[in-house]
Amino acid sequence: MSQLSTRHLLGIKDISPEDIQLIFETADNFKEVLNRPIKKVPSLRDITIANIFFENSTRTRLSFELAEKRLSADVVNFSSSTSSVKKGETLIDTVNNILSMKVDMVVMRHSSPGAPHFLARNITANIVNAGDGTHEHPTQALLDAFSIREKLGDVAGKKIAIIGDILHSRVALSNIFCLQKLGAEVMVCGPTTLIPKHTVSLGVKVEHDVEKALQWCDVANVLRIQLERQQIKYFPSLREYSLYFGINKKMLDRLDKEIVIMHPGPINRGVELNSDVADSEHSIILQQVENGVAVRMAVLYLLAGVK
Amino acid sequence: MQKRLVLDQQQIAIILKRFCYQLIENHDTFENTVLLGLQPRGPIVLDKIVKTLLEISGVKVPFGYLDATFHRDDFRRRDFPLKANETKIDFLIEGKKVVLIDDVLYKGRSVRAALDAMIAFGRPQKVELMVLVDRKYTRDYPIMPDYCGVNVNTLESQYVSVEWTEKGYEEDAIWITEKA
Repeated sequence: MSQLSTRHLLGIKDISPEDIQLIFETADNFKEVLNRPIKKVPSLRDITIANIFFENSTRTRLSFELAEKRLSADVVNFSSSTSSVKKGETLIDTVNNILSMKVDMVVMRHSSPGAPHFLARNITANIVNAGDGTHEHPTQALLDAFSIREKLGDVAGKKIAIIGDILHSRVALSNIFCLQKLGAEVMVCGPTTLIPKHTVSLGVKVEHDVEKALQWCDVANVLRIQLERQQIKYFPSLREYSLYFGINKKMLDRLDKEIVIMHPGPINRGVELNSDVADSEHSIILQQVENGVAVRMAVLYLLAGVK
Repeated sequence: MQKRLVLDQQQIAIILKRFCYQLIENHDTFENTVLLGLQPRGPIVLDKIVKTLLEISGVKVPFGYLDATFHRDDFRRRDFPLKANETKIDFLIEGKKVVLIDDVLYKGRSVRAALDAMIAFGRPQKVELMVLVDRKYTRDYPIMPDYCGVNVNTLESQYVSVEWTEKGYEEDAIWITEKA
């Protein structure tokens, strides 16, 4: 198949393994484009894309904007802090106003889970979810799995441990869906308070000892402690979290194998990941960022091609 | 289905050899020349040309595969988008003489897209086009081959199919068939 089964990318849960493979194969080609002297193709030159970010973002927003520009799309940016949302405008009104300026595609980040699904039901443009609250962050999961595939050759049969704040992480949920659809084994690891009770029902292993998780896995995807989403204390202090769940070089040296370290960023150095690990040869954190542009180009290109 | 043979294995071999001698005539030692096969079907012709050139003149000409899917003018106009293929060019074409190689020249739109895609690798000194089959009177763009195996008259309702032993066919052959 050369066409996605959906017009929107709302979450990994809604797409098929074939869709994911198609995105990866297309991203392979875009990665080659990004290594050319002229890193731009004219595919989306007749398309206008609005990047609507109701929540802060550095990497994702830059990555999407770069991907759109590399595809020759026209891009408009919007962030809630500088917009009429502050004056009390509703989501649907904001987006409809933007769409009446003839926008074909909307990339949206919102703090409410389901916000992109609501948009997809109410407007005609293609919607790409760039993160909705603690729900899903599909392009991050795609670029994570793409990076694993690039580093280890395949995702199927690999053991991936997602370590950290699972409770507040949209990256964790999308990663679980994506990796399982590609045939990987998934484990989540973190303090009891940061692992939701329903996680087991997703078919993943649960571990609370980080050393055991590292010993089990081929890849450790380490997540940030999302203090901004924590209204109550889930652990006594960052120092204690770092002591029990932070990953340092000594722990990796104790393993009888080499594992790959990933992080979706931004890293809290010294909390979930020490610098001697984040900057080591085990880490593919910067490759993840590079792959992010290629994967997002593939997603935008393929969605634009759906009739 | 009606099928008419255009070229058989022996005729194709003769044409490929002729192409090589023409290339030697025009490019001498190939000092500044590179060959690019247009995906998806050009690379197989390209590989044969590279191999034959090596046998005849002992020169290994730099070559690459070029995919123009992202540069096509019919994206979002087709029912299904075309699937991209690998582009593999390990050199810059700045100041080089480039020979683009494909199996069949039809509307000329793929070649136009390929010219566009090629420019991403630099500004070539000169570009030539080599095709095994030129479907006459079907062009949408003003594009003509510099090296042509055979000219054929075809109808819109017909398709030129190229069969290679590498693709599992018994013999190399080029046919004109009616579209299904």
